[in-house]
Amino acid sequence: MGFLDIKNATKSYGAVKVLYETDISVEEGEFLVLVGPSGCGKSTLLNMIAGLEDVTSGDIAIKGRSMIGVKPAERNIAMVFQSYALYPNMTVRGNISFGMEMHGIAKPERERKIDEVAELLQIQPLLDRKPGQLSGGQRQRVAMGRALTRDPDVFLFDEPLSNLDAKLRVDMRTEIKKLHQKLGTTIVYVTHDQIEALTLSTRIAVMYGGYVQQLGTPKEVYDNPANMFVAGFMGSPSMNLFPARVTNHDGTIAAEVRLSDGTQARLPFVSGTMAAHEGREIVLGIRPEAITDRDGADRNSSAIHIVEAPVELTEPAGSDTFVATNMGGKDITARFRADVQVKAGDRFPFAINMEKAVAFDPKTEARIA
Amino acid sequence: MATAPTSEVITPATGTPAPPGRSALRTHLPRVVLYIILALFCIYYLLPLYVMVVNSLKPLSEITSGGMMSLPSDWTIEPWGSAWSTAQVGVEATGLRPYFLNSLMMVVPAVAITTILGALNGYVLTKWSFRGSTLIFGLLLFGCFIPFQMVLIPMARMLGLMGLAGSVSGLIFVHLVYGIGFSTLYFRNYYAAFPTELVRAAQIDGAGFFTIFRRILLPSSGPIAVVCIIWLFTNIWNDFLFGASFSDFDSQPMTVALNNLVQSSTGVKEYNVHFAGAIMAALPTLLVYIVAGRYFVRGLMAGSVKG
Amino acid sequence: MSHADTPRRSRSVDWLRDALPKLVLSPSIVLVAIFVYGFIAFTVYLSFTDSRILPSFGWVGWQNYTNLFRIRAWDTAVTNLAIFGVLYISICCLLGLLLAILLDQKIRAEGFIRTVYLYPMALSFIVTGIAWKWFLDPGIGLEAVVQGWGWESFRFDWIKDSDMAIYTIVIAAVWQTSGFVMAMFLAGLRGIDGEMLKAAQIDGASTFALYRRIVIPQLRPAFMSAFVVLAHMAIKSYDLVIALTNGGPGTATEVPATFMYSYTFTRNQMGIGASSAVIMLMTIAAIIVPYLWSELREKK
Repeated sequence: MGFLDIKNATKSYGAVKVLYETDISVEEGEFLVLVGPSGCGKSTLLNMIAGLEDVTSGDIAIKGRSMIGVKPAERNIAMVFQSYALYPNMTVRGNISFGMEMHGIAKPERERKIDEVAELLQIQPLLDRKPGQLSGGQRQRVAMGRALTRDPDVFLFDEPLSNLDAKLRVDMRTEIKKLHQKLGTTIVYVTHDQIEALTLSTRIAVMYGGYVQQLGTPKEVYDNPANMFVAGFMGSPSMNLFPARVTNHDGTIAAEVRLSDGTQARLPFVSGTMAAHEGREIVLGIRPEAITDRDGADRNSSAIHIVEAPVELTEPAGSDTFVATNMGGKDITARFRADVQVKAGDRFPFAINMEKAVAFDPKTEARIA
Repeated sequence: MATAPTSEVITPATGTPAPPGRSALRTHLPRVVLYIILALFCIYYLLPLYVMVVNSLKPLSEITSGGMMSLPSDWTIEPWGSAWSTAQVGVEATGLRPYFLNSLMMVVPAVAITTILGALNGYVLTKWSFRGSTLIFGLLLFGCFIPFQMVLIPMARMLGLMGLAGSVSGLIFVHLVYGIGFSTLYFRNYYAAFPTELVRAAQIDGAGFFTIFRRILLPSSGPIAVVCIIWLFTNIWNDFLFGASFSDFDSQPMTVALNNLVQSSTGVKEYNVHFAGAIMAALPTLLVYIVAGRYFVRGLMAGSVKG
Repeated sequence: MSHADTPRRSRSVDWLRDALPKLVLSPSIVLVAIFVYGFIAFTVYLSFTDSRILPSFGWVGWQNYTNLFRIRAWDTAVTNLAIFGVLYISICCLLGLLLAILLDQKIRAEGFIRTVYLYPMALSFIVTGIAWKWFLDPGIGLEAVVQGWGWESFRFDWIKDSDMAIYTIVIAAVWQTSGFVMAMFLAGLRGIDGEMLKAAQIDGASTFALYRRIVIPQLRPAFMSAFVVLAHMAIKSYDLVIALTNGGPGTATEVPATFMYSYTFTRNQMGIGASSAVIMLMTIAAIIVPYLWSELREKK
């Protein structure tokens, strides 16, 4: 039994099921990120943990105690909202103090807590201002400060960075991570931004269509996506997914891929398990950084295969150059070093790291190797 | 200045500078005509007010001799004094003063109670909505559009049963019942735009139903409360039908008394006194309009255009 | 252990907490249920009875309705309402639209002009009625004044003329409400996307074409709202008629609202009065219910 247990929980609105049976067990001090496109059920699940929405069936327990029927205020949780939800008519001090006041904490104790949190988040100069006078980043801090005073068992974040501009978002991301390392609280964090998920979490639950598609560490989710949805959703640019056929040439099991000029390329698998799929059509998944120019290839990999293919487009992006080609009828993005001389129309050798390749069943979309 | 909803919007009229070579007259003519038209309409709308004011300040003889449009040659405030305290209204020569006070005693509690109920209803209907709450709102709202002739007969009997017949309290009650729909409408539409996340945050902070209302929503409700109060005040103050149907001689509101004053067929028609009385009846609502015109307009609009 | 199936509202405190919002709403619901819908039902019932000076419960079926349509005064009232309604709504809309467009030309002192156009809306219909009653009175008002200026043959005695008196009600009502319609249209005009207007100008549209082809069609929602508000005010109009003409001369300006009142309370024909009220309700409901329906459905 974990610190926060989601046991077989579901949510329906009338006949519409928005969350299917979900089991997640979160250990104390973990940073769990629920990530997925809008409408995947991630915010619903978070609201269920908060007690803002009922659980249709199943259970949610914190520290072994079932939370069914327990009011949000009595769950010992804190929540940071997307819009920050600062009370516009109260000062920053009033906002931070309100929750403690509702819980009957005496004034001196409240003052002490406010000072402590204000110092931690460096918002002392803002304490007597109204939320309307604060910038986005400052509001964000106040919202976290309000949550921090509660010493919650579980910290809930609902897309807290989505209203900030790009630069501030990166700064605040770092700050949330530092805060987690410093305080060691258990956090459940909802976002649709897969980079936030990868950078912040100790574990990720990738959600789609009301199901948890995969639950794992950032590395597991990134390197070994459970299915084509996770493969496509996590990572930017997203993983190249293209059709291939499993062949056996003198005992070498390989993926045979058709290039845009009609030639076939053969990419030998590292894993032996693919032999079982000989003759089948599969979807091959290779991340852009595993398709490089020859000199940019991973020197530690023993499975670099060179494929000559026509270059269709180049996109210099400063530190890298993304090069587009076509495999199996799909557009493929490769990540080249910035100074590689390549232009559209060239036939160019692509170095493919097959250690990083994954294969999916085209029908079930589940991973097979 | 009184009414100034922000108008920072591009309008189709662009003040394109005139191409060189055209005469100044030709360029300016359309705008001159435009202003003349607008000014004529100003006269049209102000004329009745002008007539009321100037004729309330002159002796009766100046009116009956065909001088309605001219300024008083012999200024007097006597018609005002008469209308306020000595004119014959119905059977007694009390002037309009007692009825003005009746209206005040009626309008203040009716507006206060209706506004509070509306605020609570709007809060429930938006932040604690339940299955069927839109239907309930629709039914509440329809209640303010019915022709009140539909309720005159049973209401007269019901007020009798409740012991409120012919009293100011009875009128307060009637206005309260038929005002709820609008006050609920105002607060519902306003609270619908109020971020629900704030309510959720307060729930997590441990605030209950009334605490959330009092500490979170109410402090932000100033603008809509003003709109709602102005609307109710204007409507209830200006009401005639309920006042005429449900009041006795000593509980009549201003509008009814004024009408009695003007329609009374006995004696000489004191037009100057009538005009003075009419201005008295109009003054409270006019004052509200001039002081808080922006809110008044918003109230009118919200009462017709939902959302 | 799973709580999935255990009832959650076991404790009375919890029950109270969950029921509180509905409890708060309930006084209003009860009041409206009794005093709006209960009373509607009661009046509908009365319209099928032989009630005279007091409610009575002898069932007479449709007789009040058949009688109602045989009464000359009701016929006059309905005709008057039709004349008044059509003129009032169309003049208010046209005038309101015209004034809104004129005011939308970057007018200096727009705030002041708007205040002037709109202030009649703050007045009671009784006040409006009295002001216009004496202003239109041929003995002392406009006619007397113009004659006093030397135009001896000038005549303007509509208010005393059975055939024309209803039009004086239109004049006063338009004066009272047209500014409000202007405000509605002005809000509609201000809500139109400025970039679209720029685009149309670049497309070469003249000011006239701009309004006719692009702006006015987009005011459809404002027209809808104005129509509903004006129609509903027209059907309910009572105060203005009472103050301006008191239904006269004779019964020349009787409208359904005054008809209902006089038949119920002064002529002691409560059954007939109730049936006329029911017909008014039906007419208003036919306009309001679809409007409310569409407004509230969009909001879901």
